[in-house]
Amino acid sequence: MQQTGSQILFTALKEENVDTLFGYPGGCVMDIYDELFRQEIRHILVRHEQGAIHAADGYARASGRVGVCLVTSGPGATNTVTGIANAYMDSIPVVVLTGQVPTAMIGNDGFQEVDITGITRTCTKHNFLVRNIGDLHRTVREAFQIARSGRPGPVLVDLPKDVIQSVTEAELPRTVVPPAEEGRPDLEGLCTEALKMLLQAKKPLIIVGGGVILGKASEVFRAFVKKFRIPVVSTLMGLGAFPASDPLWTGMLGMHGAYSANMAVSHCDLLIAVGVRFDDRATSKVEAFAPHAKIIHIDIDPVSIDRIVRTDLAIVSHCTPALDTLHRLSDEQGLTLPERQIRAWLNQLRQWKAEMPLSYCRNQNIKPQYVIEKLHQLTQGRAIIATEVGQHQMWAAQFYRFDEPNAFLTSGGLGTMGFGLPAAIGAQVACPDRIVVDVAGDGSIQMNIQELGTIAHYGLPVKVVILNNLYLGMIRQWQELFYGRRYSQSDMTQAPDFVKLAEAYGIKGLRATKPEEVKRVLQEGLETPGPVVMDFHVEPEENVFPMVKPGTPLTEMAFGNVRAVA
Amino acid sequence: MPVQFKERAISVIVNNRPDVLARIAGTFSARGFNIESISANITRNPAVTKIIITTLTTPETITNVIKQLNRLIDVLEARRLRRPQAVCREMILARIPLTKERQESLRELIDTRGGKTVSLEPGSAVLEFTGDKEDLEEILTRLEALGMEDFSRTGVIALERSKS
Repeated sequence: MQQTGSQILFTALKEENVDTLFGYPGGCVMDIYDELFRQEIRHILVRHEQGAIHAADGYARASGRVGVCLVTSGPGATNTVTGIANAYMDSIPVVVLTGQVPTAMIGNDGFQEVDITGITRTCTKHNFLVRNIGDLHRTVREAFQIARSGRPGPVLVDLPKDVIQSVTEAELPRTVVPPAEEGRPDLEGLCTEALKMLLQAKKPLIIVGGGVILGKASEVFRAFVKKFRIPVVSTLMGLGAFPASDPLWTGMLGMHGAYSANMAVSHCDLLIAVGVRFDDRATSKVEAFAPHAKIIHIDIDPVSIDRIVRTDLAIVSHCTPALDTLHRLSDEQGLTLPERQIRAWLNQLRQWKAEMPLSYCRNQNIKPQYVIEKLHQLTQGRAIIATEVGQHQMWAAQFYRFDEPNAFLTSGGLGTMGFGLPAAIGAQVACPDRIVVDVAGDGSIQMNIQELGTIAHYGLPVKVVILNNLYLGMIRQWQELFYGRRYSQSDMTQAPDFVKLAEAYGIKGLRATKPEEVKRVLQEGLETPGPVVMDFHVEPEENVFPMVKPGTPLTEMAFGNVRAVA
Repeated sequence: MPVQFKERAISVIVNNRPDVLARIAGTFSARGFNIESISANITRNPAVTKIIITTLTTPETITNVIKQLNRLIDVLEARRLRRPQAVCREMILARIPLTKERQESLRELIDTRGGKTVSLEPGSAVLEFTGDKEDLEEILTRLEALGMEDFSRTGVIALERSKS
């Protein structure tokens, strides 16, 4: 049977059970789009290619499946680069299909030609330039396999126009997908060693990271933690892996972490880190990180072992088999941590939590934290929250109190403003029955605001909550605290009327300017079918606290004026 | 404690694909390390290339670089080659003008250092020498004294003395 490159591409996508493409057409992918016209696969037409890659990323984060984006050559491809780097930093499995000029033209500076495999070599897990139609099917399948295996990440496949247009008689190879990776053979030995260390601990603590969510290990993680009653702190990316409503929950650690979490890390005698890579925003001054603790590090990526923090025991493994083995071995041997051994530690943690909970002062203005608290209340904590980057992102992390994994979609590693809105699109497409909210700032939302067009086009019921303080708030906060209040280029007073802007897109717009309006606006926004933009005029100079100054120990937290209230 | 910067050798077995060298070079440059020398060629299996890289690093760094290399999809295996368990050799080709008065010293150098004359033209010869880094440094010094016009030097190639 004769097949075109386009047909082979869609065959491979079908074999990978791809149900949605996020994309934007262009000259070099006209043939793919022509074939798409005949195919049943869903395509979401974004308004900018950066939106496509972030939407694929959001789809992957919310669903745990590989997200796919399709763009043309040249500018189409380069517009995805920020999003690819974003997915790479947060280990998100996405496959990026880019058009390319015909193979004979490559290297001749053709119209809309760019060396996208060269450009993305250091921000993809792997990339391919497909030169022959004979390689097309295998390459696309391999791209998905690479994207989701091991430590996941973005994979780009560059598709020259002639490869896509050409026709082959050859039968598609029966692509053999490698079997799921096994745990390491010495997992039992390492886990036995880990349990030995745990049984000796008087002040055990466990850090949960994004790897637990990516590895779909939340359940076994919870079971293991509860069995030994180990207090849990989380990285930004780990939020939701362990419920914030659980008594063992000790908070997010790091620069804007909870007092109890940063104190716990700084005083524990055993630290079990699961699926974390010790980002500098989490550890702050590395030399002062967990100074009294033996450290056990469980992670799938050997590169993250001993890179930042020296470990006493490294277990290179997916989180699920490692935690499964820990759980099983402790069951078999009837191991527990005696109450008297950790009682003092658990009391200490309770005290820290009571002493200095996350808090803020109320006044006649809307406090951004209050908006998040109300949002949590009205959605019963069950919404998927995407964020942009900045103050609002930290407030969402602190005050939404995530109980479930795959519910907090945030640009953790790269810190990409403009991520939240398209990520929310991807999440809403993946999870049509969930409430999906983009918590945004007035600065960030303007970075990919064109995606309101996509939301309107497909009637996606994404709710956008703008915490509008007319500043680039996090920049302003640093300028206030570290740069003598010189607010250099952080003033965003010249903002659009977000309500009218929403309405121009055919989207409902709501606004609250006083605290007593917050609940009503949120309620109306959440109850209205379809997309809604809610513009909250919040306290302009509110700061995110606690705050650890970069490069200082986690114990050196600033609280602003919060301490008086707590 | 002083940082132990030393030239260390790595053996990298890779899929023989067009961009694989760029990926490997990128892994070094992304961390700010220089490749001191590199040599690559196909193995028994022409789809697989063996690359020997030497780099000036600390022990911690080389461990990390090797982990990062192993993370590359096209890298089948990256590992350290430690001396003295591995032998390391390089090769040079040197072009020397032929003059009567230097003929004797040239002959002596070729004989004592296992050199080979690979090209002989009226008035100039191309000589080949192999050896470890120190050998070649010394040979080059002597060739300079003999009026060497130009030379080309390979990267290090290395092999373990016995199966480990």
